[in-house]
Amino acid sequence: MKPEPTHWNRQDFPDAARKELAEKPSSEAPFAHSQTRRNVRNATDIIQAKRNAVVAELPEWQDLRTAGAAIRAHTLEHLDHYLLEFEANCTRNGGHVHWAADAAEARKLVLEILAPHAPREILKIKTMTSEEIGLNAFLEEHGIHPLETDLAELIVQMGKDRPSHFVVPALHKSRGQIRDLFARAMQQPHLSDAPEALTAAARDYLRQKFLSTRVAISGANFLLADTGGVCIVESEGNGRMCLTLPDVLISIVGIEKVLPSFQDLDVFLQILPRSATGERMNPYNSIWSGAPNDDGPREFHVILLDNGRSPILAEDESRQTLRCIRCAACLNACPVYHQTGGHAYESVYAGPIGAILTPQLHSMEAAQSLPYASSLCGACYEVCPVAINIPEVLIHLRGKIVEQEQSTIGGRLSFWNIAMKSAAFLMQDGDRLQAAVHLAQTAQRPLISRNGFIEWLPGMLNGWTKTRDLPALPAESFRDWWRRTRSTNPSLHPHTEQRSESCHE
Amino acid sequence: MRISLFMPCYNDALFPETGKAVVRVLERLGHAVEFREAQTCCGQMHWNSGYLRETLPILRHFLRVFADAETIVAPSSSCVAMMRDHYRKAAQLDRDPALEREVEALLPRIFEFSEFLVRRLGIEDVGARFTHKVAYHPSCHSVRSLHLDSIPLRLLHRVRGLDLVPLGNAQECCGFGGTFAIKNADVSSAILSDKVRFVLNSGAEVLTAVDTSCLMHIYGSLHRQRTFVRTAHLAEILACSDDDAEHDSALAPEQHSVSNFGRTAR
Amino acid sequence: MNDDSRARILARIAAALGRDSSLAASTAAANYARIARDYRAANGKSGRFILDLFVRRLHEYDAACTHVASHADLPAAIASTLASRSMARLAFVSGIPADWLPQGWDFRAAESLSVHELDRVAGILTGCTVAIAETGSIVLQSDPRQGLRRHTLIPDIHLCVVLESQIVASVPQAFPHLVPDLPTTFISGPSATADIEMTRIRGVHGPRTLHVLLVAD
Repeated sequence: MKPEPTHWNRQDFPDAARKELAEKPSSEAPFAHSQTRRNVRNATDIIQAKRNAVVAELPEWQDLRTAGAAIRAHTLEHLDHYLLEFEANCTRNGGHVHWAADAAEARKLVLEILAPHAPREILKIKTMTSEEIGLNAFLEEHGIHPLETDLAELIVQMGKDRPSHFVVPALHKSRGQIRDLFARAMQQPHLSDAPEALTAAARDYLRQKFLSTRVAISGANFLLADTGGVCIVESEGNGRMCLTLPDVLISIVGIEKVLPSFQDLDVFLQILPRSATGERMNPYNSIWSGAPNDDGPREFHVILLDNGRSPILAEDESRQTLRCIRCAACLNACPVYHQTGGHAYESVYAGPIGAILTPQLHSMEAAQSLPYASSLCGACYEVCPVAINIPEVLIHLRGKIVEQEQSTIGGRLSFWNIAMKSAAFLMQDGDRLQAAVHLAQTAQRPLISRNGFIEWLPGMLNGWTKTRDLPALPAESFRDWWRRTRSTNPSLHPHTEQRSESCHE
Repeated sequence: MRISLFMPCYNDALFPETGKAVVRVLERLGHAVEFREAQTCCGQMHWNSGYLRETLPILRHFLRVFADAETIVAPSSSCVAMMRDHYRKAAQLDRDPALEREVEALLPRIFEFSEFLVRRLGIEDVGARFTHKVAYHPSCHSVRSLHLDSIPLRLLHRVRGLDLVPLGNAQECCGFGGTFAIKNADVSSAILSDKVRFVLNSGAEVLTAVDTSCLMHIYGSLHRQRTFVRTAHLAEILACSDDDAEHDSALAPEQHSVSNFGRTAR
Repeated sequence: MNDDSRARILARIAAALGRDSSLAASTAAANYARIARDYRAANGKSGRFILDLFVRRLHEYDAACTHVASHADLPAAIASTLASRSMARLAFVSGIPADWLPQGWDFRAAESLSVHELDRVAGILTGCTVAIAETGSIVLQSDPRQGLRRHTLIPDIHLCVVLESQIVASVPQAFPHLVPDLPTTFISGPSATADIEMTRIRGVHGPRTLHVLLVAD
């Protein structure tokens, strides 16, 4: 499979994460910095706190979550039906619907739609699908400059950086870093680092572009089957500018983004903003269908993008991955993401949802280290507004990766496979396990430090002792203690003896 | 009530004091405790690491050992979560309806230790005395899978002499995650360093939890950093009673600890 | 290529779901109807409480709000708003009642203005379709009372007349008031961003000021 930008696939998560955790940038992690980690932590803490507050004030939150999950699950089970219904209604209202089986087809479609207009510059609203198909680099290759209009995406684009979060893509940047970028790109050497000043600079920079550029490209938050509608939620107004002022609008949308009905927005316009930014409602939601008379672009195209999604429908455990509405609440809640930020995932889709979505979009043939990038703490599932049981999917995908591993000789002889097979053998018999513990009690002796702890372990296990001590196995296991004191005849053992074992030495 | 104790595999070998403490508390409350020596493991490590097929013989062994047990108590929320969240699905892998029925029959009989005391027995005061500053780490499975909510804290509140101090950012994972701590050692250590900072800032002398695995992980760093904070499973605190008052000084930092973590004087 | 891709994607979906494509349509409606909508039963708020909540939300968004005692007082309220904001030229959408407009100001019908002309007016005056107390949202649909989407986007100040009777308690309660096919915009406060260190900044590309004239009716 040709590598696609969904997964940059340069290195496995543990290696990428190690570089991101470093204090100083390296060629492979050019933005790694202790400042970056502080920025990520600060931003996710703030969003989490806001999210928790606005979720807590809705007593019907769990009902909304249940309905959100049910609507998304129902849609996926009837996905072909709802896509056809969307296509018919969008077309009836003057829109053009295109189907792209993969990223290359989607890029080609964009180019074909643009050709008659021959634009030198187009406007863009933040869109994950565009990142997924590597559209910006592709357009540049064809002499078309894509100008990002979302403030955070503009920051990322000006810094030749990569997004690290799919709701707040520049959360890893501090105001000082942003000031330096803007001062250079907008030739304003005296720009202050106050967020107000930086925002005003972006407004002035983009205003004339909005009023004069003829083509815009967007994604979409939802497609509505019964009206052929498209719904886009945003905060800054750059979305509304791009959706209403140009002559031509192209929306590139994953096939899973459809909802049965306009009415279903009464769930999703509640759970999405509260989960994504911790707001009761984001400043602007735009909903329209096709090319309405005089109100918006004369020419409207939707590109329905499959690009690895349809096979994910096949299994019950993994299908729920496609319920995702890209709120990124799981990123903000994830202890792993808190430490590494988004770049370590080496994918457009970072965090817990990225860890399950990215490898599946590649039929489990890439990004196999991502399902292991989780302690399975469950915080992602708890906050997910459509109740995707991410830990369950992670384990399911780990199962597939183990099967892959066990299908090769090298995999069968790997450390983990041998260790797990051996442990499984021991765990089928209490005596066997006890004999193994006795053996380990003897074998550990050379490793025990003078303080009674193991401070160094060899090979793979060294990962533990790099930062953590391990207590040595005590001379008597619980099983041995029980056998010694109890098992012959429990009634013979007085209370006092137990106590002397338990609370003091 | 006859209670069958399930000891997590690593707990059995590494931290026997947890099991002894559970036995002590339950017997002090007048219950008969048995330990079936054929028991081994709940299969969590295999399952969570993706060795799904390899989990099945372990699961079958567990069901065999505890087939006729009246009530099973385990001092580990993550083992109980493994059973409640994953045993059904594991049983389905073998397409064996009998196995699925056995799992359904097992699940209502199995309890996490603190959950058993409060929800099953309706007891919050187990007659414990423990005169130390204690912080409680709500482990991930206890909060987000078993939904123990305030149960462990209610038990701690009733311990005489115990000074319960708040732990900042308590519900965030300690970074253990089983094999995650080794496969992603750097990230795991980074998460742990945040947890340890909050533990040290709490001013606690003892950190407790309902999972020895998290405590082993956190203490691994506390010990490496040569701090004086100890860790002890909730059962070990609840096992200390008025009878032990004269021995309670055993927990002073310069002395040996209540827990086997503190076998060394510092 | 496109027809091929369409057929290929639809076939892949049906194959993954393990059934024929044609079966989806027959079961979709019945299954959809079974989805529980318990959330719609929530929120028994009404009357004065809703009004106060809506006003509180507007303030939380840094939107301005002027209470107007009746329809008859609206021209005077608009005049004093224009005076206090030193707005010389105001655009209005042509479907609003003519008796809303005060005398003596330079009003332009928005429909006659190009985008560049809209960029030069001080503000725009519109009505709305419905307003939501819980979220402080105002919903505009493309009709003569609310204008086209660009009319409420380009001018820097949006004066929006909301009748008290147009305010509903919750998001689900707003939907029966909407025509699904019309271009629709939910506005919750002035445009904003929190992209720089999560600091909320009011006023990015949309109107930097939202001023609601709340009319008792």
